[in-house]
Amino acid sequence: MSLLEIDDLVVRYPGRRRGRKFTAVDHVTLDVRPHETVGLVGESGSGKTTIGRAVLGLAPVTSGRIRYDGKEIQSLSRAQRRPLAARIQVVFQDPYTSLNPAMTVEDILSEPLRAAGWTRSTARGRVVELLDQVGLPTGAADRFAREFSGGQRQRVAIARALALEPELVVCDEPVSALDLSTQDRVLQLLVDIQERTGVAYLFVSHDIGVVRHISHRVAVLQQGRLVEFGPCAQVTSRPEHAFTEELLLASPVADPARQRERRALRQAQREHVSTTPMSPITIQRRVP
Amino acid sequence: MVMILLKRLVAAVILLAAVCVVGFVITGIGDGNPARNILGPEATNAQVAAENHRLGVDRPMVEQFGDWISGVASGDLGNSYIGDQPVADKIAANVPVTMSMVALSMMVIAGLSLVLAVASVYGRKSVDRVVQSLAVIGHVLPAYLLALLLLLVFAVKLEAFPVFGYVPLGESPTEWLRSLVLPVLSLTLGSVAGASLQARGSLMDVLEADYVRTLRSRGISGRSLLFRHALRNAAPPWLTSLSLGFVAMLGGAFMVEKVFALPGLGALAVDATAAGDRPVIMGMVLLTGGLVILVNLLVDLAQMWLIPKARTA
Amino acid sequence: MSIEISAQALDAPTRTSTFRLILRNPLSRVGVVLLVLVLCALVAAIIMDWVAPDAPWHADLYHLNEAPGTNGHFLGTDSGGRDVLARLVVATKATMFSGVIALTVAMLLGLPGGLVAGYYGGRVDMVLDWLSSLVMSLPSIVVLLAIVSSLGTSMWISMTALGCMMAPAVFRLLRAQVHAVRNDLYIDAAKVAGLSDTRIIARHVFRVVRGPLVLMVSVMAGVAITVQTGLDFLGLGDATTITWGGMLGEGFAAMSANDILFVWPGLAMAVTVAAFFLIASGARDALQHADGGSSTPARSTATHLKPVPASAQAAAPPGEDEILTVRNLTVGYPSGEDVTEVVRGASLTLRSGHTLGLVGESGSGKTQTAFALLDLLPRQAMLMEGEVWLDGTEILRLAPRERTKRVREAIAYVPQEPMSNLDPTFTIGFQLVEPLRARGIGRAEARERAATLLARMGIRDPERVMRSYPHQISGGMAQRVLIAGAVSTEPRILIADEPTTALDVTVQSEILDLLRGVQEEFGMSIILVSHDLGVIADLCDDVAVMRNGQVVETASAEDFFARPRHEYSRMLLDAVPDENHVRPEYVEAPSPRRSAKTGEIHR
Repeated sequence: MSLLEIDDLVVRYPGRRRGRKFTAVDHVTLDVRPHETVGLVGESGSGKTTIGRAVLGLAPVTSGRIRYDGKEIQSLSRAQRRPLAARIQVVFQDPYTSLNPAMTVEDILSEPLRAAGWTRSTARGRVVELLDQVGLPTGAADRFAREFSGGQRQRVAIARALALEPELVVCDEPVSALDLSTQDRVLQLLVDIQERTGVAYLFVSHDIGVVRHISHRVAVLQQGRLVEFGPCAQVTSRPEHAFTEELLLASPVADPARQRERRALRQAQREHVSTTPMSPITIQRRVP
Repeated sequence: MVMILLKRLVAAVILLAAVCVVGFVITGIGDGNPARNILGPEATNAQVAAENHRLGVDRPMVEQFGDWISGVASGDLGNSYIGDQPVADKIAANVPVTMSMVALSMMVIAGLSLVLAVASVYGRKSVDRVVQSLAVIGHVLPAYLLALLLLLVFAVKLEAFPVFGYVPLGESPTEWLRSLVLPVLSLTLGSVAGASLQARGSLMDVLEADYVRTLRSRGISGRSLLFRHALRNAAPPWLTSLSLGFVAMLGGAFMVEKVFALPGLGALAVDATAAGDRPVIMGMVLLTGGLVILVNLLVDLAQMWLIPKARTA
Repeated sequence: MSIEISAQALDAPTRTSTFRLILRNPLSRVGVVLLVLVLCALVAAIIMDWVAPDAPWHADLYHLNEAPGTNGHFLGTDSGGRDVLARLVVATKATMFSGVIALTVAMLLGLPGGLVAGYYGGRVDMVLDWLSSLVMSLPSIVVLLAIVSSLGTSMWISMTALGCMMAPAVFRLLRAQVHAVRNDLYIDAAKVAGLSDTRIIARHVFRVVRGPLVLMVSVMAGVAITVQTGLDFLGLGDATTITWGGMLGEGFAAMSANDILFVWPGLAMAVTVAAFFLIASGARDALQHADGGSSTPARSTATHLKPVPASAQAAAPPGEDEILTVRNLTVGYPSGEDVTEVVRGASLTLRSGHTLGLVGESGSGKTQTAFALLDLLPRQAMLMEGEVWLDGTEILRLAPRERTKRVREAIAYVPQEPMSNLDPTFTIGFQLVEPLRARGIGRAEARERAATLLARMGIRDPERVMRSYPHQISGGMAQRVLIAGAVSTEPRILIADEPTTALDVTVQSEILDLLRGVQEEFGMSIILVSHDLGVIADLCDDVAVMRNGQVVETASAEDFFARPRHEYSRMLLDAVPDENHVRPEYVEAPSPRRSAKTGEIHR
């Protein structure tokens, strides 16, 4: 039984000109099971972030269903969604704008707790616990978010997401604003937390290397459509779809010799594509 | 592009119409008995009623407004309650003074604020200090107080400028300018700092922009960077602050006119207010509201000309 | 896991009360003193009303226009023989009162309106915004006169009207501020955390707007007081109340007999307005400081490199095949009394016709090094030490003008963010032609060369792109334009600062191919600044690793990726997500797998 089921989801935004709408998510169907990580990978404009936002109730659902634990949540009002705050949480990309710079870490971490009706003193205890869980010293509670580095801020953001012990955390590019070494540690932290608490992740990223590292299953998106969804090993090493392969070959690896091979392969493939009258990408894009 | 212009124009006309409605309502919420003001306390009630009927103020407000607006459409602003003179004539007689003063002041502010901003960006600490002190003066001394001080020092004590009066431009351009030096000075001294700080701020932002660095890497000279690229990009906020300054200046101008005894719109407006002369006041509302809307429209156009992206919005 | 916590972050000062911060500011202190003075006058006015209500009205017809200090009149008497000081003190009450009315009305209308319009946007926003532009199209003086003409001279009414006229300013300020933060992710996070809108506005949004609001309130208090005084000065105030404006009018009328009479009410008003303004300025600076903003923006208007002291022994010129050699480069920025060094003794070699990768994490000094080589350091930067040999000439010891000339001839720059590096107000064509024109190339030839280059960069319709403005093209296209611009001046060296970081991987691979092709075609040498080891592996022959302003390792790309010598290099390479590590599907039971082609679920 899946924890989260996204069924034939469509999200359209009003376009720049009147009457023309921009389709951000185009009939996407996928699911997340308890305790697992599903990676959503794609380029800018692929709709990966919008799917995450739709699950969180931050993007308008045009049609389709989002079921959480068997119950439909796509058309709930803000007030009706409130109980879900304890079950679905979020870690955003930019740790600089996702934490209010004028609030202390304790204020930030106790916010979801207080909203859920915790008293100040019990919340305080939980904050200490959370800081420990994400590897920050207890003293951090009284500091302002702006006093921390990017990696530390992202730890605070993760701690906030974990505050109410959710079953699902939507991670929207959680490491793409971080340095390589910090990125590695934050990813490891996410994996550790998952192994300890059994939380499920919907992990959105443009970086297929990162997605491969953390995901059990991977969904590949292109221009709002789902092109491929399957186990991580299969999608990232034996992709069925040409676009997935293009994505894999385009992302460079830290090895000059192998990178040369991949480049040759990629260029050969592009020759092939440009000589074929209609590119296989356009043909295979039609996924229900 | 043409569509956007047309849209702006239509919006401006609607806004002007709304301004007229608001003006008409405000001037009409009183007791609506101008005849008593005109005829004085000795007149009989019957005389007052007859006069009110002659002026048409005993009719419903909507009807009066319809009359007035259709008159405006055909270029007739109605007649003043006092002396029965056409409002348009009265205003036309007083407009040149106020407009000379305001137009000159705006030019001084625009030019001076740009010069000060550029000088301050290019590292003259003393300019910064001058602008900062001017800003304090601008906030603390309103135009009429400055005018009083200038009058006392230059006109009364030093006798360097005419104390009172206005010489039309057609009569003697030099005397015209001389009669406006002190009024313009009192209107600009405080406002120039605000515009200059605005220009300085946005110029600093632009000069720190990535594309300025890239242009420099291509070997574009400092002068070209400043005059061709930076000033153009920095202009919109500065223009907006100028247009806001223009609205604020009208108020200051009325009071400065009183200090220097200039026969401008201020004198007309104050007299009309004291007498409850509604047609004249409505004429003023139409004129000043129209001016403000026109200036805003021009600023919009200027921004569209400067910033291509604004043309699509 | 606390290695990321720097000692500095933990020693940083925490909360200081805002009030104390404001008091620390010298401007505010003067303001507070003035405000206390005004408040004393207010208290005195209230007491006087109660003890001696007739004092300000008492006319001494034998002592008109007395000079200050005579006959027990501390500030003299006015043209009616009344005591100036007494009237001045009593008038404080009316003035402060008028300010309070106007401010209250402005806040009551503008505050909720601005918050709601900014937060929700949409139709509410449109209606309120239109209303505010309507009010702003009415010059307040004319409206006030109209109101006085129909409703009389009551201060209550005119100040309420003034409050309405000022409300749009509050509305606009709040709306803009809220708009700016409305899409910030912390607002979204609060929504996900289950906070109600009211609570989000109160907790998050209001915190952001309170600083600018404080400033605006005190500026508006000043405006209200000056407008009210001005109305009375025009003679349209309430004649039964003593006000500074009324006194100003009397002083003006009596100027020929008593030329300093108007100075006293003027001074009283100026002091009051100054008190508010100074406190506000101080408060803004203090709040800005507390919110982490800097009150003095960094200047970077012209690049003037500080001359480097000629070293005692002239160092030997580098080898022939080294087109650019950097030795012991140190760049610093003044911070208070000290200098913070961002590049510390960096040494690099760019071989002719090769690509050098400059690798490092944020804050490693790699971009500062690149800017130093490009002669693009901000004005306050200091070149403290080092040599830069360009084509066999040491350029740091040349006169600034000469150095800039040589650098511009030889080295071109490809920036990181394609969109922000094009001037939004000029067409692409203009921006490509301008540098060529600056080098004395004719207009037609320059246009043609630009078009040819764009075509070379893989742009299909160069003429159309040349006519476009930057906002009309995509990021990948903009980066091609920037590379064309860099190449157009036929440089021998290209310095590319994270040229693909802002792009999608598929576009990134095309841009990397383009850079490689351009290098072969034009025989250029490239310095590629990047944090992405994959990008470095793709393009570079040599690698230099930077950390904390120092170059910790220089090696050929082969050696660096196969046998990193420095501990930090090894750490970086280890941090690259391992390709061979793949997590298996979580569920033990055979899992449903969805085919991309059919959408059916296979079991």
